[in-house]
Amino acid sequence: MTAPSPTSLLRLAGVSKSFGGVRALRDVSLSVAQNRIVGVIGPNGAGKTTLFNVITGAYRPDAGDVTFESRPITRWPAYRIVRAGIARTFQNIRLFASMTVWEHLIVAQPRGGAPLRRMLPVRFADREALARAEDALMFFGLEKYRAALACTLPYGIQRKVEMARALSAGPQLLLLDEPVAGMNRDEADDLRGLLLRLSARGLSILLIEHDMAFVMNLCHELYVLDFGALIAAGHPSDIRNNPAVLDAYLGSEVAC
Amino acid sequence: MSTYYAGLFADIGILMLGALSVYIILVTNQLSLGNAGFMAIGSYVASYLTVEQHWALTPALIVAALTACVIGVIVGFPALRLKGIYLAIATLGFGEMVRSFFLVFSPMGGSGGYRGMPHVSLGYIWAWTAGILLLVTLLERSRLWLEMRAIHDDETAAGLVGLNTTLTKVGAFGFSAAVAAIAGGLFAHHYIYIEPGNFGFERSIDFVLAVILGGSTVGAGALVGAALLVLLPEWLRFLADWRLAAFGAMLILVLLTRPQGILDRPLLGLLRRRSKPS
Repeated sequence: MTAPSPTSLLRLAGVSKSFGGVRALRDVSLSVAQNRIVGVIGPNGAGKTTLFNVITGAYRPDAGDVTFESRPITRWPAYRIVRAGIARTFQNIRLFASMTVWEHLIVAQPRGGAPLRRMLPVRFADREALARAEDALMFFGLEKYRAALACTLPYGIQRKVEMARALSAGPQLLLLDEPVAGMNRDEADDLRGLLLRLSARGLSILLIEHDMAFVMNLCHELYVLDFGALIAAGHPSDIRNNPAVLDAYLGSEVAC
Repeated sequence: MSTYYAGLFADIGILMLGALSVYIILVTNQLSLGNAGFMAIGSYVASYLTVEQHWALTPALIVAALTACVIGVIVGFPALRLKGIYLAIATLGFGEMVRSFFLVFSPMGGSGGYRGMPHVSLGYIWAWTAGILLLVTLLERSRLWLEMRAIHDDETAAGLVGLNTTLTKVGAFGFSAAVAAIAGGLFAHHYIYIEPGNFGFERSIDFVLAVILGGSTVGAGALVGAALLVLLPEWLRFLADWRLAAFGAMLILVLLTRPQGILDRPLLGLLRRRSKPS
Protein backbone atom coordinates (compact mmCIF):
# COMPACT_ATOMS: atom_id res chain seq x y z
CA MET A 1 0.00 0.00 0.00
CA THR A 2 1.30 3.44 -0.87
CA ALA A 3 2.43 5.63 1.97
CA PRO A 4 0.65 9.00 2.12
CA SER A 5 2.72 11.53 0.23
CA PRO A 6 3.74 14.69 2.08
CA THR A 7 1.84 16.91 -0.37
CA SER A 8 -1.49 15.23 0.31
CA LEU A 9 -4.55 17.44 0.44
CA LEU A 10 -6.80 14.96 2.19
CA ARG A 11 -5.55 12.22 4.45
CA LEU A 12 -7.43 9.51 6.33
CA ALA A 13 -5.59 7.57 9.00
CA GLY A 14 -7.02 4.39 10.53
CA VAL A 15 -10.67 5.35 10.03
CA SER A 16 -13.25 2.87 11.36
CA LYS A 17 -17.02 3.15 11.51
CA SER A 18 -19.59 0.59 12.69
CA PHE A 19 -23.37 0.56 12.56
CA GLY A 20 -24.55 -1.82 15.25
CA GLY A 21 -22.77 -5.05 14.43
CA VAL A 22 -21.84 -4.04 10.88
CA ARG A 23 -18.30 -2.79 10.49
CA ALA A 24 -18.76 -0.46 7.52
CA LEU A 25 -15.18 0.83 7.56
CA ARG A 26 -12.21 -0.98 9.09
CA ASP A 27 -8.99 0.89 9.66
CA VAL A 28 -9.04 2.72 6.33
CA SER A 29 -6.08 4.95 5.49
CA LEU A 30 -5.82 6.82 2.24
CA SER A 31 -4.67 10.11 0.85
CA VAL A 32 -5.52 12.37 -2.05
CA ALA A 33 -2.68 14.50 -3.33
CA GLN A 34 -3.09 17.97 -4.76
CA ASN A 35 -4.53 18.03 -8.26
CA ARG A 36 -5.04 14.28 -8.58
CA ILE A 37 -8.08 12.30 -9.63
CA VAL A 38 -8.46 9.39 -7.25
CA GLY A 39 -11.03 6.62 -7.51
CA VAL A 40 -12.56 4.36 -4.87
CA ILE A 41 -14.00 1.11 -6.18
CA GLY A 42 -15.46 -1.93 -4.52
CA PRO A 43 -18.56 -4.13 -4.56
CA ASN A 44 -21.93 -2.91 -3.26
CA GLY A 45 -21.88 -2.53 0.50
CA ALA A 46 -18.09 -2.25 0.64
CA GLY A 47 -18.34 1.03 2.58
CA LYS A 48 -17.65 3.52 -0.20
CA THR A 49 -20.50 5.90 0.56
CA THR A 50 -19.83 5.57 4.30
CA LEU A 51 -16.30 6.71 3.52
CA PHE A 52 -17.69 9.85 1.86
CA ASN A 53 -20.08 10.44 4.73
CA VAL A 54 -17.20 10.28 7.21
CA ILE A 55 -15.04 12.66 5.15
CA THR A 56 -17.84 15.22 4.77
CA GLY A 57 -18.92 15.15 8.40
CA ALA A 58 -22.29 13.46 7.86
CA TYR A 59 -21.01 10.63 10.12
CA ARG A 60 -18.42 10.73 12.86
CA PRO A 61 -15.91 7.90 12.71
CA ASP A 62 -15.53 5.58 15.73
CA ALA A 63 -11.78 5.73 15.35
CA GLY A 64 -9.19 7.39 13.15
CA ASP A 65 -8.52 10.87 11.87
CA VAL A 66 -9.39 12.87 8.80
CA THR A 67 -7.00 15.66 7.89
CA PHE A 68 -7.53 18.26 5.20
CA GLU A 69 -4.70 20.65 4.32
CA SER A 70 -3.01 19.52 7.57
CA ARG A 71 -6.09 20.56 9.58
CA PRO A 72 -7.89 17.88 11.61
CA ILE A 73 -11.51 17.99 10.41
CA THR A 74 -12.72 14.73 11.98
CA ARG A 75 -15.26 16.27 14.32
CA TRP A 76 -16.17 19.36 12.40
CA PRO A 77 -19.83 19.95 11.50
CA ALA A 78 -20.63 19.29 7.84
CA TYR A 79 -20.96 22.93 6.82
CA ARG A 80 -17.49 23.82 8.16
CA ILE A 81 -15.92 21.02 6.17
CA VAL A 82 -17.55 22.35 3.00
CA ARG A 83 -16.32 25.85 3.78
CA ALA A 84 -12.83 24.45 4.37
CA GLY A 85 -12.86 23.21 0.77
CA ILE A 86 -14.51 19.78 0.38
CA ALA A 87 -17.76 19.59 -1.59
CA ARG A 88 -19.68 16.51 -2.67
CA THR A 89 -22.46 15.03 -4.75
CA PHE A 90 -24.80 12.23 -3.71
CA GLN A 91 -25.33 8.72 -5.05
CA ASN A 92 -29.10 9.18 -4.93
CA ILE A 93 -29.37 12.73 -6.23
CA ARG A 94 -30.38 15.20 -3.52
CA LEU A 95 -31.47 18.43 -5.12
CA PHE A 96 -33.64 21.04 -3.42
CA ALA A 97 -37.21 20.30 -4.51
CA SER A 98 -38.47 23.89 -4.60
CA MET A 99 -35.49 25.42 -6.36
CA THR A 100 -34.60 26.28 -9.91
CA VAL A 101 -31.20 25.37 -11.33
CA TRP A 102 -30.06 28.97 -10.94
CA GLU A 103 -31.10 29.05 -7.28
CA HIS A 104 -29.05 25.92 -6.60
CA LEU A 105 -25.98 27.66 -7.97
CA ILE A 106 -26.54 30.77 -5.84
CA VAL A 107 -27.37 29.10 -2.53
CA ALA A 108 -24.23 26.96 -2.38
CA GLN A 109 -21.76 29.78 -2.98
CA PRO A 110 -19.52 30.67 -0.05
CA ARG A 111 -20.80 33.73 1.70
CA GLY A 112 -18.27 36.49 1.97
CA GLY A 113 -18.43 40.19 2.68
CA ALA A 114 -20.95 41.99 4.84
CA PRO A 115 -23.69 39.92 6.52
CA LEU A 116 -26.22 42.49 5.31
CA ARG A 117 -25.48 41.56 1.72
CA ARG A 118 -26.89 38.10 2.37
CA MET A 119 -30.22 39.67 3.27
CA LEU A 120 -30.51 41.87 0.18
CA PRO A 121 -31.99 40.72 -3.12
CA VAL A 122 -29.27 38.72 -4.88
CA ARG A 123 -29.93 40.33 -8.24
CA PHE A 124 -29.12 43.82 -6.92
CA ALA A 125 -26.62 43.19 -4.19
CA ASP A 126 -24.34 40.40 -5.31
CA ARG A 127 -23.02 40.73 -8.83
CA GLU A 128 -20.11 38.40 -8.07
CA ALA A 129 -22.51 35.62 -7.10
CA LEU A 130 -24.46 36.21 -10.31
CA ALA A 131 -21.29 36.05 -12.39
CA ARG A 132 -20.15 32.82 -10.72
CA ALA A 133 -23.56 31.25 -11.29
CA GLU A 134 -23.38 32.25 -14.98
CA ASP A 135 -19.92 30.68 -15.28
CA ALA A 136 -21.18 27.44 -13.75
CA LEU A 137 -24.23 27.38 -16.07
CA MET A 138 -21.96 27.82 -19.07
CA PHE A 139 -19.37 25.31 -17.95
CA PHE A 140 -21.96 22.57 -17.57
CA GLY A 141 -24.06 23.68 -20.53
CA LEU A 142 -27.05 24.32 -18.31
CA GLU A 143 -27.98 27.79 -19.62
CA LYS A 144 -31.32 26.78 -21.05
CA TYR A 145 -32.39 25.09 -17.82
CA ARG A 146 -31.59 28.00 -15.52
CA ALA A 147 -35.23 28.78 -14.64
CA ALA A 148 -36.41 25.17 -14.54
CA LEU A 149 -37.15 23.38 -11.28
CA ALA A 150 -34.06 21.19 -10.97
CA CYS A 151 -35.86 18.05 -9.85
CA THR A 152 -38.12 18.03 -12.95
CA LEU A 153 -35.13 17.70 -15.32
CA PRO A 154 -33.79 14.49 -16.89
CA TYR A 155 -31.51 12.37 -14.73
CA GLY A 156 -28.25 13.19 -16.51
CA ILE A 157 -28.96 16.92 -16.24
CA GLN A 158 -29.77 16.56 -12.54
CA ARG A 159 -26.35 14.99 -12.00
CA LYS A 160 -24.76 17.98 -13.67
CA VAL A 161 -26.79 20.37 -11.50
CA GLU A 162 -25.58 18.54 -8.41
CA MET A 163 -22.01 18.79 -9.60
CA ALA A 164 -22.42 22.47 -10.44
CA ARG A 165 -23.92 23.08 -7.01
CA ALA A 166 -20.98 21.35 -5.33
CA LEU A 167 -18.50 23.40 -7.37
CA SER A 168 -20.34 26.62 -6.47
CA ALA A 169 -19.07 26.15 -2.92
CA GLY A 170 -15.58 26.79 -4.35
CA PRO A 171 -13.95 23.55 -3.18
CA GLN A 172 -10.38 22.39 -3.66
CA LEU A 173 -11.49 18.79 -3.41
CA LEU A 174 -14.62 17.45 -5.08
CA LEU A 175 -16.14 14.15 -3.94
CA LEU A 176 -18.33 12.45 -6.55
CA ASP A 177 -20.53 9.54 -5.52
CA GLU A 178 -21.17 7.43 -8.64
CA PRO A 179 -21.22 10.35 -11.06
CA VAL A 180 -21.99 8.30 -14.19
CA ALA A 181 -24.63 5.97 -12.69
CA GLY A 182 -27.60 5.95 -15.03
CA MET A 183 -25.74 7.79 -17.78
CA ASN A 184 -25.27 6.44 -21.28
CA ARG A 185 -21.83 6.16 -22.87
CA ASP A 186 -21.99 9.56 -24.59
CA GLU A 187 -23.03 11.32 -21.41
CA ALA A 188 -20.27 9.54 -19.49
CA ASP A 189 -17.68 10.62 -22.08
CA ASP A 190 -18.99 14.15 -21.89
CA LEU A 191 -18.64 14.08 -18.09
CA ARG A 192 -15.14 12.65 -18.33
CA GLY A 193 -14.18 15.64 -20.47
CA LEU A 194 -15.65 18.06 -17.92
CA LEU A 195 -13.78 16.38 -15.05
CA LEU A 196 -10.50 16.56 -16.95
CA ARG A 197 -11.07 20.27 -17.57
CA LEU A 198 -11.77 20.80 -13.86
CA SER A 199 -8.63 18.86 -13.00
CA ALA A 200 -6.66 21.05 -15.39
CA ARG A 201 -7.91 24.07 -13.44
CA GLY A 202 -6.30 22.60 -10.30
CA LEU A 203 -9.25 20.82 -8.70
CA SER A 204 -8.59 17.54 -6.89
CA ILE A 205 -11.23 14.84 -7.29
CA LEU A 206 -12.11 11.77 -5.25
CA LEU A 207 -14.77 9.61 -6.85
CA ILE A 208 -16.72 6.44 -6.21
CA GLU A 209 -17.70 4.59 -9.34
CA HIS A 210 -18.89 1.24 -10.58
CA ASP A 211 -18.21 1.95 -14.24
CA MET A 212 -14.76 0.37 -14.65
CA ALA A 213 -14.05 1.78 -18.08
CA PHE A 214 -14.76 5.26 -16.76
CA VAL A 215 -12.56 4.86 -13.70
CA MET A 216 -9.65 3.21 -15.50
CA ASN A 217 -9.48 5.96 -18.11
CA LEU A 218 -9.79 8.84 -15.71
CA CYS A 219 -8.11 8.17 -12.38
CA HIS A 220 -4.46 8.63 -11.54
CA GLU A 221 -4.81 6.36 -8.57
CA LEU A 222 -7.30 3.79 -7.28
CA TYR A 223 -8.26 2.41 -3.89
CA VAL A 224 -10.22 -0.83 -3.63
CA LEU A 225 -12.57 -1.38 -0.69
CA ASP A 226 -14.05 -4.76 0.24
CA PHE A 227 -16.15 -5.37 3.37
CA GLY A 228 -15.03 -2.01 4.75
CA ALA A 229 -11.30 -2.66 4.42
CA LEU A 230 -8.81 -1.49 1.82
CA ILE A 231 -7.52 -4.47 -0.13
CA ALA A 232 -5.48 -2.66 -2.75
CA ALA A 233 -4.23 0.74 -3.82
CA GLY A 234 -2.22 1.97 -6.73
CA HIS A 235 -2.18 2.84 -10.39
CA PRO A 236 -5.25 1.65 -12.36
CA SER A 237 -3.15 -0.70 -14.51
CA ASP A 238 -1.76 -2.41 -11.37
CA ILE A 239 -5.22 -2.69 -9.84
CA ARG A 240 -6.54 -4.31 -12.98
CA ASN A 241 -4.08 -7.17 -12.55
CA ASN A 242 -4.08 -7.40 -8.75
CA PRO A 243 -5.18 -10.95 -7.83
CA ALA A 244 -6.90 -9.89 -4.59
CA VAL A 245 -8.96 -7.35 -6.51
CA LEU A 246 -9.82 -9.79 -9.25
CA ASP A 247 -10.97 -12.24 -6.62
CA ALA A 248 -13.05 -9.79 -4.60
CA TYR A 249 -14.58 -7.66 -7.23
CA LEU A 250 -13.65 -7.61 -10.85
CA GLY A 251 -14.02 -11.33 -11.37
CA SER A 252 -13.78 -12.42 -14.97
CA GLU A 253 -15.42 -9.34 -16.47
CA VAL A 254 -12.18 -7.42 -16.70
CA ALA A 255 -12.75 -6.89 -20.35
CA CYS A 256 -12.54 -3.14 -20.00
CA MET B 1 -64.27 54.56 5.72
CA SER B 2 -66.93 53.27 8.10
CA THR B 3 -65.88 52.09 11.55
CA TYR B 4 -67.10 48.65 10.53
CA TYR B 5 -64.62 48.37 7.68
CA ALA B 6 -61.87 50.12 9.63
CA GLY B 7 -62.23 47.41 12.28
CA LEU B 8 -62.07 44.66 9.68
CA PHE B 9 -58.98 46.13 8.02
CA ALA B 10 -57.23 46.45 11.37
CA ASP B 11 -58.01 42.77 12.01
CA ILE B 12 -56.64 41.83 8.59
CA GLY B 13 -53.40 43.71 9.23
CA ILE B 14 -52.84 42.15 12.64
CA LEU B 15 -53.75 38.66 11.46
CA MET B 16 -51.45 39.04 8.46
CA LEU B 17 -48.50 39.82 10.72
CA GLY B 18 -49.29 36.76 12.83
CA ALA B 19 -49.57 34.67 9.67
CA LEU B 20 -46.25 36.06 8.40
CA SER B 21 -44.63 35.07 11.68
CA VAL B 22 -45.77 31.48 11.12
CA TYR B 23 -44.70 31.62 7.47
CA ILE B 24 -41.16 32.73 8.38
CA ILE B 25 -40.42 29.60 10.38
CA LEU B 26 -42.45 27.40 8.06
CA VAL B 27 -39.97 28.33 5.32
CA THR B 28 -37.35 26.41 7.31
CA ASN B 29 -39.77 23.47 7.64
CA GLN B 30 -40.69 24.19 11.26
CA LEU B 31 -44.40 24.38 12.11
CA SER B 32 -45.36 26.45 15.14
CA LEU B 33 -48.74 26.18 16.84
CA GLY B 34 -47.66 28.54 19.58
CA ASN B 35 -47.02 31.89 17.92
CA ALA B 36 -49.87 33.48 19.89
CA GLY B 37 -47.43 33.11 22.80
CA PHE B 38 -44.94 35.46 21.10
CA MET B 39 -47.87 37.73 20.26
CA ALA B 40 -48.83 37.82 23.94
CA ILE B 41 -45.27 38.71 24.95
CA GLY B 42 -45.23 41.57 22.44
CA SER B 43 -48.65 42.69 23.53
CA TYR B 44 -47.85 42.84 27.23
CA VAL B 45 -44.35 44.32 26.85
CA ALA B 46 -45.52 47.08 24.51
CA SER B 47 -48.53 47.86 26.75
CA TYR B 48 -46.35 48.02 29.85
CA LEU B 49 -44.00 50.46 28.13
CA THR B 50 -46.72 52.78 26.81
CA VAL B 51 -48.94 52.72 29.91
CA GLU B 52 -46.51 52.43 32.83
CA GLN B 53 -43.43 54.04 31.30
CA HIS B 54 -45.27 56.51 29.04
CA TRP B 55 -43.20 55.55 26.01
CA ALA B 56 -44.32 56.36 22.51
CA LEU B 57 -45.74 53.31 20.77
CA THR B 58 -43.07 52.94 18.07
CA PRO B 59 -40.08 52.46 20.40
CA ALA B 60 -42.30 50.31 22.65
CA LEU B 61 -43.06 48.05 19.67
CA ILE B 62 -39.38 47.80 18.78
CA VAL B 63 -38.40 46.83 22.33
CA ALA B 64 -41.29 44.34 22.45
CA ALA B 65 -40.09 42.81 19.17
CA LEU B 66 -36.51 42.52 20.45
CA THR B 67 -37.69 40.92 23.71
CA ALA B 68 -39.75 38.35 21.82
CA CYS B 69 -36.85 37.79 19.44
CA VAL B 70 -34.56 36.81 22.33
CA ILE B 71 -37.23 34.46 23.72
CA GLY B 72 -37.79 33.08 20.19
CA VAL B 73 -34.10 32.24 19.88
CA ILE B 74 -34.20 30.53 23.28
CA VAL B 75 -37.22 28.48 22.15
CA GLY B 76 -35.54 27.85 18.79
CA PHE B 77 -32.67 25.84 20.28
CA PRO B 78 -34.67 22.97 21.81
CA ALA B 79 -36.91 23.12 18.73
CA LEU B 80 -33.90 22.00 16.65
CA ARG B 81 -34.23 18.54 18.13
CA LEU B 82 -37.88 18.19 17.16
CA LYS B 83 -39.48 17.67 13.77
CA GLY B 84 -42.95 17.84 12.26
CA ILE B 85 -45.80 16.99 14.55
CA TYR B 86 -43.56 16.77 17.64
CA LEU B 87 -42.33 20.31 17.13
CA ALA B 88 -45.93 21.47 16.55
CA ILE B 89 -47.02 19.99 19.88
CA ALA B 90 -44.02 21.44 21.72
CA THR B 91 -44.73 24.94 20.38
CA LEU B 92 -48.37 24.49 21.33
CA GLY B 93 -47.13 23.80 24.85
CA PHE B 94 -45.02 26.95 24.74
CA GLY B 95 -48.03 29.06 23.69
CA GLU B 96 -50.19 27.70 26.49
CA MET B 97 -47.36 28.26 28.95
CA VAL B 98 -47.15 31.95 28.03
CA ARG B 99 -50.93 32.35 28.24
CA SER B 100 -51.00 30.69 31.68
CA PHE B 101 -48.14 32.91 32.82
CA PHE B 102 -50.07 36.09 32.05
CA LEU B 103 -53.19 34.59 33.63
CA VAL B 104 -51.45 34.58 37.02
CA PHE B 105 -49.08 37.53 36.50
CA SER B 106 -50.97 40.10 38.57
CA PRO B 107 -48.73 43.16 37.90
CA MET B 108 -50.18 43.16 34.36
CA GLY B 109 -53.76 42.46 35.45
CA GLY B 110 -53.67 38.67 35.50
CA SER B 111 -56.97 37.11 34.50
CA GLY B 112 -58.67 40.50 34.87
CA GLY B 113 -56.92 41.84 31.79
CA TYR B 114 -55.01 45.06 31.24
CA ARG B 115 -56.15 48.43 29.90
CA GLY B 116 -55.15 52.04 29.49
CA MET B 117 -53.27 51.83 26.18
CA PRO B 118 -53.54 54.74 23.75
CA HIS B 119 -55.55 53.85 20.66
CA VAL B 120 -53.73 53.66 17.33
CA SER B 121 -55.06 54.56 13.91
CA LEU B 122 -55.68 52.12 11.11
CA GLY B 123 -53.01 53.94 9.11
CA TYR B 124 -50.41 53.24 11.79
CA ILE B 125 -51.29 49.55 11.89
CA TRP B 126 -51.01 49.30 8.12
CA ALA B 127 -47.74 51.23 8.02
CA TRP B 128 -46.22 48.41 10.11
CA THR B 129 -48.05 45.68 8.26
CA ALA B 130 -47.07 46.93 4.81
CA GLY B 131 -43.52 47.63 5.96
CA ILE B 132 -43.00 44.11 7.30
CA LEU B 133 -44.64 42.50 4.25
CA LEU B 134 -42.32 44.53 2.03
CA LEU B 135 -39.33 43.49 4.15
CA VAL B 136 -40.26 39.82 3.85
CA THR B 137 -40.88 40.18 0.10
CA LEU B 138 -37.40 41.66 -0.32
CA LEU B 139 -35.84 39.00 1.90
CA GLU B 140 -37.46 36.35 -0.30
CA ARG B 141 -35.08 37.40 -3.07
CA SER B 142 -31.99 37.14 -0.86
CA ARG B 143 -29.38 34.45 -0.30
CA LEU B 144 -30.62 34.08 3.27
CA TRP B 145 -34.09 33.06 2.06
CA LEU B 146 -32.64 30.57 -0.42
CA GLU B 147 -30.72 29.06 2.48
CA MET B 148 -33.92 28.78 4.50
CA ARG B 149 -35.66 27.07 1.58
CA ALA B 150 -32.73 24.70 1.14
CA ILE B 151 -33.16 23.63 4.77
CA HIS B 152 -36.87 23.14 4.12
CA ASP B 153 -36.24 20.96 1.08
CA ASP B 154 -33.41 18.80 2.44
CA GLU B 155 -31.76 19.72 5.71
CA THR B 156 -28.96 17.16 5.47
CA ALA B 157 -28.06 18.18 1.93
CA ALA B 158 -28.18 21.85 3.00
CA GLY B 159 -25.52 21.14 5.62
CA LEU B 160 -23.47 19.23 3.08
CA VAL B 161 -23.43 22.16 0.65
CA GLY B 162 -22.03 24.41 3.37
CA LEU B 163 -25.05 25.95 5.07
CA ASN B 164 -25.11 26.43 8.83
CA THR B 165 -28.57 24.98 9.37
CA THR B 166 -28.58 25.49 13.15
CA LEU B 167 -27.96 29.22 12.96
CA THR B 168 -30.51 29.72 10.20
CA LYS B 169 -33.28 27.75 11.91
CA VAL B 170 -32.77 29.45 15.27
CA GLY B 171 -32.56 32.84 13.56
CA ALA B 172 -35.86 32.15 11.79
CA PHE B 173 -37.46 31.49 15.18
CA GLY B 174 -36.15 34.80 16.48
CA PHE B 175 -37.38 36.76 13.45
CA SER B 176 -40.76 35.00 13.61
CA ALA B 177 -41.17 35.85 17.30
CA ALA B 178 -40.34 39.51 16.62
CA VAL B 179 -43.01 39.77 13.90
CA ALA B 180 -45.60 38.05 16.12
CA ALA B 181 -44.72 40.51 18.90
CA ILE B 182 -45.36 43.48 16.60
CA ALA B 183 -48.75 41.95 15.80
CA GLY B 184 -49.37 41.68 19.55
CA GLY B 185 -48.35 45.26 20.29
CA LEU B 186 -50.60 46.57 17.51
CA PHE B 187 -53.45 44.34 18.73
CA ALA B 188 -53.16 45.75 22.27
CA HIS B 189 -53.20 49.34 21.05
CA HIS B 190 -56.05 48.74 18.65
CA TYR B 191 -58.40 47.01 21.11
CA ILE B 192 -56.99 49.04 24.06
CA TYR B 193 -57.73 46.10 26.31
CA ILE B 194 -55.94 42.75 26.49
CA GLU B 195 -56.44 39.59 28.48
CA PRO B 196 -54.62 36.25 28.37
CA GLY B 197 -57.62 34.69 26.60
CA ASN B 198 -56.81 36.81 23.53
CA PHE B 199 -53.68 34.76 22.97
CA GLY B 200 -54.96 31.23 23.20
CA PHE B 201 -54.58 28.23 20.97
CA GLU B 202 -57.30 29.48 18.57
CA ARG B 203 -55.21 32.54 17.75
CA SER B 204 -52.17 30.40 16.87
CA ILE B 205 -54.41 28.22 14.70
CA ASP B 206 -55.77 31.31 12.91
CA PHE B 207 -52.20 32.28 11.98
CA VAL B 208 -51.47 28.83 10.58
CA LEU B 209 -54.83 28.74 8.79
CA ALA B 210 -54.18 32.08 7.08
CA VAL B 211 -50.81 30.82 5.80
CA ILE B 212 -52.15 27.46 4.60
CA LEU B 213 -55.15 29.07 2.91
CA GLY B 214 -53.36 32.06 1.37
CA GLY B 215 -50.23 30.24 0.28
CA SER B 216 -47.48 28.69 2.36
CA THR B 217 -44.62 29.22 -0.09
CA VAL B 218 -44.82 33.01 -0.58
CA GLY B 219 -45.07 35.85 1.94
CA ALA B 220 -47.90 37.51 0.03
CA GLY B 221 -49.94 34.39 0.77
CA ALA B 222 -50.28 35.61 4.36
CA LEU B 223 -52.05 38.74 3.09
CA VAL B 224 -54.49 36.77 0.93
CA GLY B 225 -55.12 34.28 3.73
CA ALA B 226 -55.65 36.95 6.39
CA ALA B 227 -58.03 38.91 4.17
CA LEU B 228 -60.09 35.81 3.38
CA LEU B 229 -60.13 34.65 6.98
CA VAL B 230 -61.46 38.00 8.17
CA LEU B 231 -63.75 38.90 5.27
CA LEU B 232 -65.31 35.56 4.29
CA PRO B 233 -67.24 35.06 7.52
CA GLU B 234 -68.57 38.63 7.04
CA TRP B 235 -69.55 38.08 3.41
CA LEU B 236 -71.23 34.82 4.32
CA ARG B 237 -73.50 36.48 6.88
CA PHE B 238 -76.54 35.95 4.65
CA LEU B 239 -76.18 32.26 5.44
CA ALA B 240 -76.91 33.12 9.07
CA ASP B 241 -76.20 30.13 11.33
CA TRP B 242 -74.75 28.12 8.44
CA ARG B 243 -71.94 30.50 7.69
CA LEU B 244 -69.24 28.80 9.73
CA ALA B 245 -70.09 25.45 8.18
CA ALA B 246 -69.98 27.03 4.73
CA PHE B 247 -66.64 28.61 5.57
CA GLY B 248 -65.26 25.22 6.59
CA ALA B 249 -66.50 23.66 3.37
CA MET B 250 -64.83 26.39 1.30
CA LEU B 251 -61.59 25.88 3.16
CA ILE B 252 -61.61 22.16 2.38
CA LEU B 253 -62.41 22.90 -1.25
CA VAL B 254 -59.45 25.29 -1.57
CA LEU B 255 -57.06 22.81 0.02
CA LEU B 256 -58.27 20.00 -2.24
CA THR B 257 -57.67 22.04 -5.37
CA ARG B 258 -54.58 23.97 -4.23
CA PRO B 259 -52.74 22.18 -1.42
CA GLN B 260 -49.97 24.81 -1.49
CA GLY B 261 -52.58 27.56 -0.85
CA ILE B 262 -54.14 30.12 -3.16
CA LEU B 263 -50.91 31.98 -3.98
CA ASP B 264 -47.72 30.17 -4.94
CA ARG B 265 -44.54 31.01 -6.81
CA PRO B 266 -45.77 30.09 -10.32
CA LEU B 267 -48.99 32.09 -9.86
CA LEU B 268 -47.08 35.11 -8.54
CA GLY B 269 -44.72 34.88 -11.52
CA LEU B 270 -47.70 34.81 -13.88
CA LEU B 271 -49.28 37.85 -12.21
CA ARG B 272 -45.99 39.71 -12.43
CA ARG B 273 -45.62 38.98 -16.15
CA ARG B 274 -49.21 40.07 -16.80
CA SER B 275 -48.66 43.34 -14.98
CA LYS B 276 -45.73 44.41 -17.14
CA PRO B 277 -46.57 43.76 -20.79
CA SER B 278 -43.49 43.28 -22.91
